[in-house]
Amino acid sequence: MATEINSANSPSVTGNVPVIEIQHLKKAFGDNVVLSDFNLTINKGENMVVMGKSGIGKTILIKCIIGLVKPDGGLLKVFGQDISKLNHRELDDMRTRIGFVFQSSALYDSMTVRQNLEFPLRRHRRKKITGTLEELVREALHNVGLENTIDLMPSELSGGMRKRIGIARSLILKPELVLYDEPTTGLDPITSEEITRLIMDLQEKYKTTAIIITHDTAMAREAANRIVFLWKGIAYKEGTYDELIHDQDPEIKHFFTR
Amino acid sequence: MTTTRKADNIFSKSIDEFFSEMAELARFAARFFSEGLKPPYEFKEVMNQCYEIGIKSLVLVSITAFILGLVLVMQSRPTMVEFGAGSFLPAMSSISIVREIGPLVTALICAGKIGSGISAELGSMKVTEQIDAMEVSGTNPYKYLVVTRILATSLMIPVLTVYADCISLIGAFTGSNIKDDVNLTFYVNRVFEALHYTDVAPAFIKTFFFGFIIGLVGCTKGYNSKKGTEGVGKAANISVVVAMVGVIIIDMVVTQITSMLGYL
Repeated sequence: MATEINSANSPSVTGNVPVIEIQHLKKAFGDNVVLSDFNLTINKGENMVVMGKSGIGKTILIKCIIGLVKPDGGLLKVFGQDISKLNHRELDDMRTRIGFVFQSSALYDSMTVRQNLEFPLRRHRRKKITGTLEELVREALHNVGLENTIDLMPSELSGGMRKRIGIARSLILKPELVLYDEPTTGLDPITSEEITRLIMDLQEKYKTTAIIITHDTAMAREAANRIVFLWKGIAYKEGTYDELIHDQDPEIKHFFTR
Repeated sequence: MTTTRKADNIFSKSIDEFFSEMAELARFAARFFSEGLKPPYEFKEVMNQCYEIGIKSLVLVSITAFILGLVLVMQSRPTMVEFGAGSFLPAMSSISIVREIGPLVTALICAGKIGSGISAELGSMKVTEQIDAMEVSGTNPYKYLVVTRILATSLMIPVLTVYADCISLIGAFTGSNIKDDVNLTFYVNRVFEALHYTDVAPAFIKTFFFGFIIGLVGCTKGYNSKKGTEGVGKAANISVVVAMVGVIIIDMVVTQITSMLGYL
């Protein structure tokens, strides 16, 4: 069922350079086995959408990729580096190449939008940045069309605006890989569509590789080069949107026709 | 029989919870010392937290301290006057305030205001993934959020206590002047005559420990809060209770040590 992915045929994929290689990944919380034998390879420039029911382990998967959750076993290589063998400093350096958009946006409540965007720039001290903080913050806000929110507090923003600022913050260091955790959850269909369009535009602009976790089939159809369906701790099915939507497997069928 | 078994279960569960709470606090304290001593140091954030904790508590501490000083003198005066010891009121109030009432009441107020605030703030940051976001942004959240807050409470509770003592003495002076006519110079002279190094030093030193326990409990409960927003509320609630009990236990231990050293 779980097959190695080769996305070289996908038009927007820039080559066959693997950015993420996952082999036999395992993660359990007590008796609750979340990932039992997960295998996946994601190539440079690819937009991989991860789908599956709630609580199945999709967020855990991307938290393993960025080193927020330690896997119990298996191999997880990001940019050719085995995550489990990195020390704290190396992990921080690697994280400057990865953007993470949290499901809840995770904007710092006590900081203004400007301070939220400046935070990764100030904290990743070893990352070389071109331009002043002000320029980078303005550019990030321009990218998401929210220049006028620079001095607002997160509590003054709507849900959609918070998502956009979250995306701006995750992209401010110009990462090569972006992990999106349910970027359209809790948004109305129009705003969801705008966010999807924004993600696509930014991916085109910065030539990033992306993993997008979503339940939003419209977003999956728009954004995905490939979709992996996570079920029972493994990459149960992989393919394009069209392949999965016509799949006769009862689990897949049930998910896409619900 | 069933009732006895149930009571036994509740009792043993409470004992388990108590010891696991203590172990959790000890682990957090050990991590504070191991991580707090390592660079990089978050000086700017410590200063920011000192401001948040210190300046924003001033009004509450001022009102409470003033009323305490005032009430202490008003309540004590009739008895002292009856025994012909009315002139000892400034000495009695200053020793009571500096040795015990000032530090303890300031710490208890701060346990309620600051301890619960820290716990709720860190708890909600955890629930909304802000702590994860911080880690992803190249920041050690323990150092940035926990070490800075514990340092700030350890530094600011002593400062607030000294301030509260002064305000409380002003309250006591005001209380003395409600029924009597006490000269300010006389009052100040009597206060400083009564106070000795052995009154001030132990009282001041214990406030660092008060601040440490308030910060430690607030951070531990907030940082480890679980079960979403419900957990945040519980963490804030428990942190106030544990911090207050911790402050009173420290106060008792310091009083015993002071007594053993012959300062009482």
